[in-house]
Amino acid sequence: MSKEKSRSIRVNKGDVSRRGFLKNSVVAAMGTLIGAPIVFSENVRANMLPLPFQQGDPLKDLGKDPALIVLNDRPWNIETPPHLLDDEITPADKMFVRNNGLLPKETDAGTWTLSIDGEAVKRKKSYTLQELKDKFPHYSYQLVLECGGNGRAEFNPPAKGNQWRLGAIHCARWTGVRLKDVLNDVGITDKAKYIGYYGKDIHLSGNPDKVVISRGVPIHKALEDETLIAFSLNGGPIPKLHGQPLRLVVGGWPASTSGKWLSRISVRDRVHDGPKMEAPSYSVPKFPVEPGSKVKHEDFKIIQSMPVKSLITYPKSGAMIKEGQKLEIRGHAWAGDREVKHVEYSIDFGATWKEARLSPPPNRLAWQRFQATVDFPQKGYYEVWAKATDSAGVSQPMVVPGWNPKGYLNNATHRIAVKVV
Amino acid sequence: MKKTNTHTGFSRLVYAVFLTLLAFVLAISLSILALITYQDNHMAEVFKPKPPRQATPVLIIPEAAEGVRNGVDIGTGLIADEGWEMVRANCTACHSAKLITQNRQTRDGWKEVIAWMQETQGLWDLGKNEELILDYLAKNYAPENKGRRANLKNIQWYVLKESRN
Repeated sequence: MSKEKSRSIRVNKGDVSRRGFLKNSVVAAMGTLIGAPIVFSENVRANMLPLPFQQGDPLKDLGKDPALIVLNDRPWNIETPPHLLDDEITPADKMFVRNNGLLPKETDAGTWTLSIDGEAVKRKKSYTLQELKDKFPHYSYQLVLECGGNGRAEFNPPAKGNQWRLGAIHCARWTGVRLKDVLNDVGITDKAKYIGYYGKDIHLSGNPDKVVISRGVPIHKALEDETLIAFSLNGGPIPKLHGQPLRLVVGGWPASTSGKWLSRISVRDRVHDGPKMEAPSYSVPKFPVEPGSKVKHEDFKIIQSMPVKSLITYPKSGAMIKEGQKLEIRGHAWAGDREVKHVEYSIDFGATWKEARLSPPPNRLAWQRFQATVDFPQKGYYEVWAKATDSAGVSQPMVVPGWNPKGYLNNATHRIAVKVV
Repeated sequence: MKKTNTHTGFSRLVYAVFLTLLAFVLAISLSILALITYQDNHMAEVFKPKPPRQATPVLIIPEAAEGVRNGVDIGTGLIADEGWEMVRANCTACHSAKLITQNRQTRDGWKEVIAWMQETQGLWDLGKNEELILDYLAKNYAPENKGRRANLKNIQWYVLKESRN
């Protein structure tokens, strides 16, 4: 015990500030309290200390709209209320955050490198960020990134994890180079089956040897035009929370496949086996299961394209209008790898549906705007429901869809409350 | 480590002294925590610089940060029921208490979470405290039956003026 304590202080010998010393003492004292050493105090220190006593508004400090909802502050998990997702292109301050670990300390674009390795590359290769920018053409796409667990809060019995409601989704504009151009330059063999990313985030335990999350996609998805190694978000630098200075961006698939603080990509000859690729992470049962049942790990499959879904972003739920007043509604619809073909709305709990006006996507894998003008027949309490249908004819369910142990893929119709008074 | 006989009066005294020391360490460390936070907004190290704050006395503990109000620990949001300090000490060393308070599970469900954290996330053996922690979680963060789709809740009503398009 005392050995561990002295070790953690020795690591920080260079830090001569009184605050640094106090922080180390606190970490050591916390170790004493729980009867276990906090071994990697140096790594934990910068991100986690004195959580119970945070002051001010953390959202403001993070560069986020103060109306966002903090689900978790270590690691950061923050969602966006639907009415704040009304922009065509989601601004950085309204983008949800799903981090699995702690933020990396250094994210200097000047010294950042990306290495490409794995069983299926002809030779390993490394690029500086500047080399990536200079060597390959740049592309910009607006891409839907939605957390696989968006909507988890509705599952019954409850699923473990961050209880996302509706807003773990954004569609920002990313600029970068195509992963396929880079892999072409490196040279991949015909054994290539999957890619897996590695980032520079720090494990919650502080252990520098532990990889926080390393997920990926099959090679066919990796080689799509829209799969980017991005260095810019909405025309500016990528914010630290979102992967500064480099992020893999894979539109339409669980956002966990879009690796932040990207430093390495492995081209694998098998399904990538990094942390959180294994069941039950980001996986659902291969067949429908009864709510609450236990599912064996071998009966899970990895989530690929996200399902069709829509969100009413205007008005905010709770609008009171006068009798005879028309209500303009609008929102976005998206469908993973597919396109949305039509969006309908209902004001009678799904008994009748009317067609909304739907715009085409600005590019593949972007969301689509829908709009409608709604008439209400009389005074009373209403819910406006929106339901999208994709290019394969698949629609959103009106109740919570198939229960699964980790609560993924809830794409039930969004509902807002309206009173006509 | 010396082995002590727990049946002697002497060892009982040692144990009492140990408990007192533990309580002392707890109090001191909480004060230090408060002091550090007050002096140093650690977010500023990680993110963009903030405008300079006005000079303030050093030894004031932020009042909203400590203690129990309405049965809830203000600092963590944990329900201050039996065992909550143990939960705070063991669980919030690595992750936010919000990960606990937003979840609902049966005792078995919580036990699975602990086992998963021990297998994959570096959580230590909780020893005999595990029972106390599980009792606390199962009692205070138990699931409720929400059905297939719950009513819309917490609607904040507001008047929407007619828009001109």
